[in-house]
Amino acid sequence: MNSINLSDNKPIGVIGAGNFGSAVANLLAKQRPVLLYARDGEVVKRINKTRDNRGHIIDKNVTAINDLAQIADACDVIFPIIPSSHFRSVIRKLSPHLHPYHILIHGTKGFDITLPKHSSIEEIDKLNRHQVKTMSEVIREESAVVRVGCLAGPNLSKELAAQHPSATVIASPFNEVIELGMKLLRNDYFQVYGNSDLTGVELAGVLKNVIAIASGALSGLGYGENARGLLISRGVVEMIYLGRALGGKPKAFLGVAGIGDLVTTCNSSLSRNFQVGHKLAQGKTLQDILAETDEVAEGINTVRIAKKCADYYQVKAPITNALYRVLFEKLTVQQALQYLMRYPLNVDIDFLDN
Amino acid sequence: MEIQEKKNKNKEYKPILEGIPDWPVYKLSQNRKEFVEEVAQKAFERVKELRTSTKQLIEELEATVYREQQRMKRNRWRVDPEDEPQFWSKVKEDLHSLANKPEEEQEQLANEILKRIVSRYADEIAGNFKPSRYRLTREVIKFWFARLLNGARVKKFGAFWRNQYTLRDKIHIVGKVKQLRRLARKGTVVMVPTHFSNLDSILIGWVIHSLGLPAFIYGAGLNLFNMKIFAYFMNSLGAYKVDRRKKNMPYLETLKLYSTLALQKGAHSLFFPGGTRSRSGMIEKQLKLGLLSSTVEAQRDAYMRAKPGEDVRKIFIVPVTLNYHFVLEAPDLIEEYLSSKGQDRYIPEQDRYGSWQLLQFMFKFFTKGSSISVSIGKGLDIMGNYVDDEGNSIDEHGRPIDTRDYFITNGQLSVDRQREDQYTRMLSQKIVSEYHRINRVFASHLVAFVAFTMWQKKHPKLDLFGLLRLPEEDLALPYEEFRDNCKRVRKQIYRMKIENKVNIASHLKGDIDEVIKLGLYNVGIFHLKRPLLRNRDGNIITRDLNVLYYYHNRLVGYELDKFIGQ
Repeated sequence: MNSINLSDNKPIGVIGAGNFGSAVANLLAKQRPVLLYARDGEVVKRINKTRDNRGHIIDKNVTAINDLAQIADACDVIFPIIPSSHFRSVIRKLSPHLHPYHILIHGTKGFDITLPKHSSIEEIDKLNRHQVKTMSEVIREESAVVRVGCLAGPNLSKELAAQHPSATVIASPFNEVIELGMKLLRNDYFQVYGNSDLTGVELAGVLKNVIAIASGALSGLGYGENARGLLISRGVVEMIYLGRALGGKPKAFLGVAGIGDLVTTCNSSLSRNFQVGHKLAQGKTLQDILAETDEVAEGINTVRIAKKCADYYQVKAPITNALYRVLFEKLTVQQALQYLMRYPLNVDIDFLDN
Repeated sequence: MEIQEKKNKNKEYKPILEGIPDWPVYKLSQNRKEFVEEVAQKAFERVKELRTSTKQLIEELEATVYREQQRMKRNRWRVDPEDEPQFWSKVKEDLHSLANKPEEEQEQLANEILKRIVSRYADEIAGNFKPSRYRLTREVIKFWFARLLNGARVKKFGAFWRNQYTLRDKIHIVGKVKQLRRLARKGTVVMVPTHFSNLDSILIGWVIHSLGLPAFIYGAGLNLFNMKIFAYFMNSLGAYKVDRRKKNMPYLETLKLYSTLALQKGAHSLFFPGGTRSRSGMIEKQLKLGLLSSTVEAQRDAYMRAKPGEDVRKIFIVPVTLNYHFVLEAPDLIEEYLSSKGQDRYIPEQDRYGSWQLLQFMFKFFTKGSSISVSIGKGLDIMGNYVDDEGNSIDEHGRPIDTRDYFITNGQLSVDRQREDQYTRMLSQKIVSEYHRINRVFASHLVAFVAFTMWQKKHPKLDLFGLLRLPEEDLALPYEEFRDNCKRVRKQIYRMKIENKVNIASHLKGDIDEVIKLGLYNVGIFHLKRPLLRNRDGNIITRDLNVLYYYHNRLVGYELDKFIGQ
């Protein structure tokens, strides 16, 4: 086993200067110099000059840049943290500069979809695994990089910035990627766990956003902890069913990146997905909500994709289905709730038997 | 009925290396003693690496002795050396005496015992290539094949001695032949064919020779060495011995290192990565990772030992599929498959084939139609990237890749076995998908697939075993319906061919009735009970549903059943 030499001062790359990207850059900056890529030249100037980005104070060990090629040349290890809708196009631009010695650990919780030419997601009833890809699969498809991992877990950017105790999971089929992630990220208030089921951990991180929206909706209706307890426990079951159909193992959903992240987001009014649900319950439409927010809530897209996957693989996913109808078919949150409470499914747990 | 191949590329190839003394396999056998010692030394180090403490090592050795003694008690073969029982009881004795020794002495003695064991294994595994025997074997085989072909086909007096037909007329080699020949000059080639029949090894041996390549080394089951005549040929063709009874760790590591070191020395190799013959008739989905991992390891080691700037000999993986209309062992194979899958739900019938049937088959094979085709796939590097004719790895976007980069962490080449296990797994997945791509669909595969799937769809409530229990007399498909389905499935196969997902034999094109006729004639052509035929009314019937299922399986995994109506 080779050991990773931490005295080595090669910079680490972070792509994406959003909330989470900035938080991860600051975490990494405790160990190594960091190159932080932002698409917008103005943002780059502002970060380097004022050390301020979206309310984060950026560590002085971080240098913002605007050049993907430079990141790939200077860094062996890169953390892409970009919204899923741009993920593929950014990796495509980065790809000519990547080599098999690069290690990529992404922190994006969303799906990538590839549709047949001239069709939009509205026109397609069902989606299968040839069309829906996780972010690590996008990296593998678009570049020569094979050593890929992901970062998932209860990581609300604001709490990370305030140095509250917190944990994350690094998932990768490669032990060296996990070990590297641990060495780079771990500190006194940040714990890092490893998991070899990359797909499972990615799916857990993505699918929990659906339940987070539902949780926001319940709170928007003014319901309390009983309702939330019900939602979270049934939510995990639904995530596991879907996750299994999409190629993850149930175990991944029971760890920090699964239940840990789920409970956090479902209880946090800070989370964007929670916010979306909250507003839905107040009677706002999807269009209103989209007009109000500047950052993407991955959950909306996830609901749409997860619902179409559930249909393709014939998985029971009542919460996802109900949310889909609220978001895209004008069902009210109240009606959706009634539908769920009458749903005829009353075996508590049946996925641990085999 | 003769099958016409449109493009006959079956020309004769000149050898890429002139004399046998230039062949890597020959050089290996010249230095057999040193090589065996090297294998033993490396295997010793590897076992020590895996069992670090003396206690662990002693436990491993005890387990090994126990297993070996069990094997000798239960399952001894003629080819097993006579001094075996003495050897192992001495090892056992020495292990016992360890118990009351001081720790330091224990370690030393355990090491000595381990060395003794792996040295014995290495010597047992090693092949013994002899050029004189190789030449003789080659001539004998060529001579008798020619006699068979000509004597059987040309019905004239004296035809027996003519050389009008050669095996080349029977066996079609298609695909990346030129590239393979180039790669064999540039680096070390590892050929990985699918495995359906016992004939495969003979066939591949002939293919390698007729493409002008030097002899490849390959692991042959020790059971084949039980017969003296076989042992003679195998030894002379560069085979090393694989004993599948021995599953103990020191043996498996020695075997893997034998392959790794031979690869490093540039010996072209042949693995059947499926392990054994496909029982179900499906193209292999799961490959054995043990031997495959030796390619990754050998390549990494070559990079590590190279001086800066020095050119490193690359290892190229070349997938190969063997396509048959007929697999002699099909009835036995599918029976084994069904009884293992269905446990007690399936009651196998008694129906065995002896050596008389084998001779009959050989004769029929050479007299009647039924050609065999061998598809050579594009060369891959050990990561499953395609390589160009110069042996450079190219990624999916057409950009060159340096294979060395896969073994680099933090700017340094490094050994990481867990990483290499993952790489091996990725390589095996790539090989499987290449198999599906280069697989050539024959008319016989098409008709078998369509007929069986139609029966399946006509009995939606029956599971596989229920279906197979239906009396064959009750099954008949109207020809028109069968014909329509064949047409639709063939159309989809064409589409997939354009998308580069499968390959087709040229006889699959043209008038569908002719193609069906050809398919029906050839599917399982020499079985006593024909899997598919037309009855007097023109309907499609079967005499052996199990065997039909076997031939149908060849096209499973392409999602073609969607194109078959009820």
